[in-house]
Order: sequence, then structure tokens, then C-alpha cells
Amino acid sequence: MFGWEFPPHILGGLGTASYGLTRGMWECGDMDITFVIPKPFGDEDRSFARIIGASQVPVAWRDVSRDYVESRIGKVMDPDLYFQLRDHIYADFNYMRTNDLGCIEFSGKYPSNLLEEINNYSIMAGVLARTLDFDIIHSHDWLTYPAGIHAKQVTGKPLVIHVHATEYDRSRGKPNPTVYGIERDGMTHADHIITVSNLTRQTVIDHYGVDPAKVTTVHNAVVPLSQDLLDIEMPRATKEKVVTFLGRITMQKGPEYFVEAAAKVLRNCSNVRFVMAGSGDMMDKMIQLAAERGIADRFHFPGFQKGRQVYEMLKASDVYMMPSVSEPFGISPLEAMQMGVPSIISKQSGCAEILDNVIKTDYWDIDAMADAIHAIISYPALYKQLREDGLAEVAQITWDKAGQKVINIYNKVLGRS
Amino acid sequence: MKAICFNFEIHQPFRLKRYRFFDIGRDHYYFDDFLNDDIVTRIAHNSYIPAAETLLRMIEQSEGKFRCSIAISGVAFEQFEHYVPEFTDVLKRLADTGAVEFVAQPFAYSLANLADPEEFAAQIADTCSILKSRFGVTPKVVRNTELIYDDDLAPQLVHLGFNGVLTEGAKHILGWKSPDYIYTAASAPKLKLLLRNSKLSDDIAFRFSDSSWPEFPLTADKYIDWIASTPSDEQIVNIFLNMETFGDLHPATTGIFQFLEALPRFAAERGVEFLTPSEAIAKIKPVGELSVMHPISSADEARDTSAWLGNRLQNEAFEKLYSVSERVRQCNNRQLKKDWEYLQTCDHFYYMSTKQRGGFSPYETPFQAFTNYMNVLADFLMRVEEEFPSQVDNEELNSLLLTISNQGAEIEALNKELASMRKNVEQYNIEHRLRTEEPKEAPKAEAKPKAKRGPKPKAEKAAKEEKPKKAPAKRAKKAE
Repeated sequence: MFGWEFPPHILGGLGTASYGLTRGMWECGDMDITFVIPKPFGDEDRSFARIIGASQVPVAWRDVSRDYVESRIGKVMDPDLYFQLRDHIYADFNYMRTNDLGCIEFSGKYPSNLLEEINNYSIMAGVLARTLDFDIIHSHDWLTYPAGIHAKQVTGKPLVIHVHATEYDRSRGKPNPTVYGIERDGMTHADHIITVSNLTRQTVIDHYGVDPAKVTTVHNAVVPLSQDLLDIEMPRATKEKVVTFLGRITMQKGPEYFVEAAAKVLRNCSNVRFVMAGSGDMMDKMIQLAAERGIADRFHFPGFQKGRQVYEMLKASDVYMMPSVSEPFGISPLEAMQMGVPSIISKQSGCAEILDNVIKTDYWDIDAMADAIHAIISYPALYKQLREDGLAEVAQITWDKAGQKVINIYNKVLGRS
Repeated sequence: MKAICFNFEIHQPFRLKRYRFFDIGRDHYYFDDFLNDDIVTRIAHNSYIPAAETLLRMIEQSEGKFRCSIAISGVAFEQFEHYVPEFTDVLKRLADTGAVEFVAQPFAYSLANLADPEEFAAQIADTCSILKSRFGVTPKVVRNTELIYDDDLAPQLVHLGFNGVLTEGAKHILGWKSPDYIYTAASAPKLKLLLRNSKLSDDIAFRFSDSSWPEFPLTADKYIDWIASTPSDEQIVNIFLNMETFGDLHPATTGIFQFLEALPRFAAERGVEFLTPSEAIAKIKPVGELSVMHPISSADEARDTSAWLGNRLQNEAFEKLYSVSERVRQCNNRQLKKDWEYLQTCDHFYYMSTKQRGGFSPYETPFQAFTNYMNVLADFLMRVEEEFPSQVDNEELNSLLLTISNQGAEIEALNKELASMRKNVEQYNIEHRLRTEEPKEAPKAEAKPKAKRGPKPKAEKAAKEEKPKKAPAKRAKKAE
């Protein structure tokens, strides 16, 4: 599997989903998984998959001793593997910027020279593909499609690509042509395409011109929360309710609809506060909009939240809100449900396809959103019903079920079923 | 001779319009007239009218041998009068044939018997008065909303003057028994129970046009044959159906009207007759008692009330609604009372069910149904609040109402107390007099008339008030 992020060092939902899926497939048994990421830190959970860092794969021959390799990268890679890989260098990449081990350094993030990193990742994949023995190639998201295509061309093994998001979702319909090109190339070369929702599946079919028979939806799932997170206690003002938006404050997430709905609610109720946690290019605009609507005293911007803070924020909330304009899946409402927070989500999010115990509205229907917020904070029965049935529902959405579906797709692609 | 007892249920709720929370306190009209008009008119034309006309033809062609019963909810009737008055004319013609028995049921098709027996009685009475005034009939048999029934309900039904009730032949109540007999209620032996045969009823209601059903297609011939071949000592088969089964659930193109119309002919061939519920009760002897501890109904697999009161949302809404029943009864605002009735219709609670997704609902999700209903209810409760000053809290009001309803008994008790007090006082007077007379026997001339005066008032009138009676005693003292 080629991925870009892996917990605990993650920047978005991609890492969480890749981890969950890999683990879920491992739980189904009889799987030998190698997961390639640009830059491992050594603290990844390696119990269910072999993790290989692209930064440790040599692409140029260096005469180094075993001890030296051990001391340099022993923390993240077995030296024997390094030498095996070194035996399979297929071209002279000395013209590239390589280090003392003949490896290309990756940032593992989303740097400004991202396209260059993607290309390097693909070069590295050529070495890997020649060294390792495997049955199938699985590429997570567009960053790793070129690597997957390369590996397929080298070995002739089938390629499955996993579409976690498309450029269409990210840009609200105005895609970057380079990114679109890479995505479409991946889809064309893929033997099968997995999408995280039917919504994304439709985008892939409509905007990338892919044969529908080649595209299957496997919805994401969630990993059960640790007791430590579930036990978080937050001081709460008894009389006031808190409605929370958590996520990047960008066009895709529909933050302006949240502000407008808040203004509607506040016109009739005074015992409620709104929180927009996160950062993004629309944040300043939103602060301004809240002020214009005259609700700034009850509308708060605590900034970007990470790790445990996210769960603390959820614990302190009565309602979670995700008015995304276009969301391939959207894992955060599931996390809110795990924390027992009733959620309101837009019908334009992928997770709306599998969730029953949430309130769904159109992202533009601020009246319906305001009504739903009011109902949850005013009618205790609704709050409890959504909370308890939500907990039960989300506990059923597990990665092993998703993993099994992916394995079935593998078997189909390999002609084993 | 075997008999079929048909009952056709006609009910349509007043569906609520989309009512946002910012409408609370501003907009006091709750119903979606366009939607209701649309649905009621459509179903009446697709189903109710052709079905009723089919029944008319069946009665005419069989020369009154075909008999059946109809139950209609008051809320449905009001909508027919608004939107499709021609249907009420057909109903009148059915009533005039004498072959159709009208069965009483709660006016609002409500769950009132589970929360408020007084409201239940009032709603039954409302329906009866409509049936009387429009069709000139007085129902002797009753069916509760969705065939809901339990032991608590039976004595009340007898008290309201009914001798029969239609309910569900729920398997968990019957056990090994068959629904094809007449039973009596354990808690009120005078009340006869007619139990729905769910298998034969659902064969028409759910399976008639299901081509994956092994028995498809169902013909009148085959259907009557099934009934005729039930064990010979089973005398009655109760087929209770929603009227919209004909023409709406199964469109006319499935041939369901022809199926219905052909039933009397094949029934005559196989020696199966048709009875109305009252005739069945009069003709067929009950075979035993049936006790129903917990409410049963005709809904889903559970056959209990969980389709309407199965989750927290439904219970919350239901409790809130009936928390003001006393207050609404006390007030004189006609519009408020009407809204109160319409809001009780059980469909509103059914829409909030989280049990099965897919049943008909104008809402996308149960949460939406709940939110909308609660918003409406919030406004309604505010209006009730306005009728009764808010400083009178519920307990206080209850105690006031209790006082009023207990007044009669209390006055009687007080009267008794009064009478006994009177006696005491007289006794005291006599004793006192005797005591005063004993030591002073000298002035005999004055004392004697006084002693005679003592018993006099007692004989005079017991009803006299205390004061006049005390007066002679005082006078006696003064005289000394």
C-alpha cells in the first residue's frame, strides 16, 4: 500500500482512514501488508503491517557498512531490507539530491514542492516494486497514484486506487488541471477504484469519465475511542448550550451557513453559544460575518484544535455541526457520535449515506439547520435519543467490515472469487 | 355456517405543516391544508369512493346478503366534508342499505385511552354524535385506534354502552387459541371481543399484489376456499382492513376491486355468509374469556403500542401533550380544543418511530417529525398557558379541579357532620337544662315550661340551621 500519512503524525483525515483500513484488513486475517509512507518517525504502530519509509529507500548505490546503516536508520528500518533494496536500484539517480545512504529525503507533509515529492515518491516506488514480493498494489489518494502506476508497470500486478477525496471536492468545482491530470491518470491505470462514498463515486464517474463497473464504494469507519478520551471531564455552564463546528474554515466546509444558522437561532434563544474551532482561509471573513450579524458576543473562534483538544471540545458541546458543501466522507460526525454529541450534517457529505441517528439537512437550508439546533437544545428527549442511539450506531461502524469489502475487491481483481 | 365479518377502517390525519421554531408564538395555524387536500382527495378518488361504490353494488347484487362494517375517524370525516363531500354521500347511501354497520372509534384516532380515559370517552361520544347526525345510526360496537385494547379498557367500553369491541388476534395473547371465535373480556364479561384474523387480513392488505408470494395471484375463489376450509367449529373469520387497501395500497389495475366484488358470489357457493359485528355477537356464542394485561394493537410484528410509544421521542411528545388535558377541558376556546384533538392523532407519533424505516411518513426522518411536532406543541402549550394564568401551577389547578369534582361528596359529608353536630348541641342543651333544673327546684312554676320547650325544636325541624337552635338554649340561660 502506498500512503502519505500515518498516525500518529497526521495532518488530515487521510492518515486516520489509511490506518483504520489497514488495521481492519489485518483483523480479517491472512493478510501480509506493507505500508509505504514518505517519512516514518519510528513511533507508528507496526503490529499489523510492515511500514517502510520512502526516505529510507535507496535509489542510488552507496557503499555503506551494515553498522552504519543500523546506526542511521535502524530505528525505522531493518538494515537487511536496506541492502535488499540497494540490490534493486534500476537506474542511476545520482543526479538527484540524495543523502549519504543514496536515499531521497521526504518531508511527509504538503510542502510547496509537493509535485516534486510526488515524483520522487514514484521513483522510489520503482525500487520497492522490484524488491518486494506482493500480489496487489493499493494507492491511497492522488499523491501516491504515480507511485502505484509505476509499480504496476514494473511488475504487472493489479493496481487498486483509493479515492479519499477528489480535486472537485477540494476546489468546489474548479479543479487544478495538474492535480486533475494526476488523478485521472491514476483512475485510468487502475484495475479497480475504491471510493469512500457514493457521492465520491458519482464524482469519479461523472467528472473523470470512469466506467461505473470499475468503481466500488467502501464507506469509512471509526476506531473505537480509548477510555482515556471517553472519560474526559469538561467544566460546563449549566444554563448554556454549546453548538460546535470543528474543521478547516474553508469554502468546502460551508462555514458561512453555520454563522447564518447561528444568527437565526440567537434571534429566538439566548441561552446558547456557538463555537467555530479550526483555522483556514475563510476565518477572517467569518469573524466579520458574525460581527455583521450582531452575534459576536455569542460566537467564538478558539482557533485550531489538535489531538486531545478536539475531544475536549466535543465533550463540552451539546450539538456538533458539519454543514459541508461537499464532503467525500467526513469522519468528524462519527467522532462526535462516539463522544455522545448529537450531530447535524449536510446531506452533501458522504457519511450521511450511512448514518441514521443524525439530523441531515441541505447545506444551504439554514432554516432547517437553525430548527434542528433549536430542537436538540430545547427538547431533551431528542438530545438523549440521538445521543444514545448514535453511540450504539457508531459502535457498529467498524473497520474490519470495511476491510473485508476491500479484500473482496482484491479477490475479484485477482480473479480469485 | 361459517361467516365473514368485514370491517373497513377509514382514517386520515390532519398532517402538520412545516413549522419552524421561530414560528412559535407567532403562527397559530399548524396544518398543511394543501398536502391534506391533495392526499385526501387522491385517496378518496383512487380508493374510498370506488371501494364504497363496490360495496354498494355488492349489497345490491346479493340482495342484502353481503354485510359489512365501517369505522371512520372524526378527523377523516371532517376532511371529507371539506375536500370530497361526495364521499360522505356515498357513505350515507351505504348506511341507508341497512347492510352496513357503523362502528364507533375515537374521534381523533388518538391514543387517548392510554393517557386520559375521560378524553377517550369524550372522543367516542363525538364520533357517535357525528354518526347519529349524518347517518342516523347509533353504534353498539366499538374499535379503538389501531385496534388497541387491554383489560383496563373493557369496563369503560361497557360503561359507554357498547357490547362488542374489535381488536387484534395477537398471537402472544391467544397462544394456541384461534381468533376465529367470539370471546368475552375477562375484566367485563358483558363485552364481546371480535379478533382480527391477521393471516387472512394481511393476505389482502399486504400480499395481494406481491408477485413473489407463492399464492400470487389471489383470487376470490381461492380466498373463500381458504375460509371455507378452516376447522368446521370455527364460525367467524374477522377480516379488518384499512379501506385504502382497495385502490391505493393495491391500485385498481391489480384487480383488487374485482376481487372484492366477486367475494359474495363464491361465498354463496361455498355456504359462507357475511355478518356485521353486532349480528355476529348476537348470533354466535362466545367460547371463553380472554385476558389482555398489556395493550395489544394491530401494528407491526410486536402487536403492541411500541410503534407510537416505543422510543424516548414519542414518549416525551405524548406526555407533554397530555400534561395539559385537564386545562384544555376546562377552557372554552373552541379553536384550542379542536387543535388539541388534531394533535392527538396517533399518526403524529408513528412518524417519530425509529423502529422501522420505510413506513409512510411525510417526514424524511423521525427526528424531523419530532422537531416539527414539538415546535407546534410548544406554541399550543403557550396558548393553553394564556387561557389559564401561569401563576396557577398544575398542582394547584389539579387540586382546584379535584375540589370541584369532589364537591358533591364533600357537601354530603359536611351535611352529615352538621346533623350530628346538631344532635350534639341538642343533647348538650338537654343535659345543661337538667343540670340547671336539679339544684334549683324551688321556682317550679318557671322551670316547667322551659323543660317542655327543650324537645320541641328537635321535633320541629331537623333541617333548621344551628343558630336558631342555639338561640333557645341561650334564652334558657338568660331566663335563669
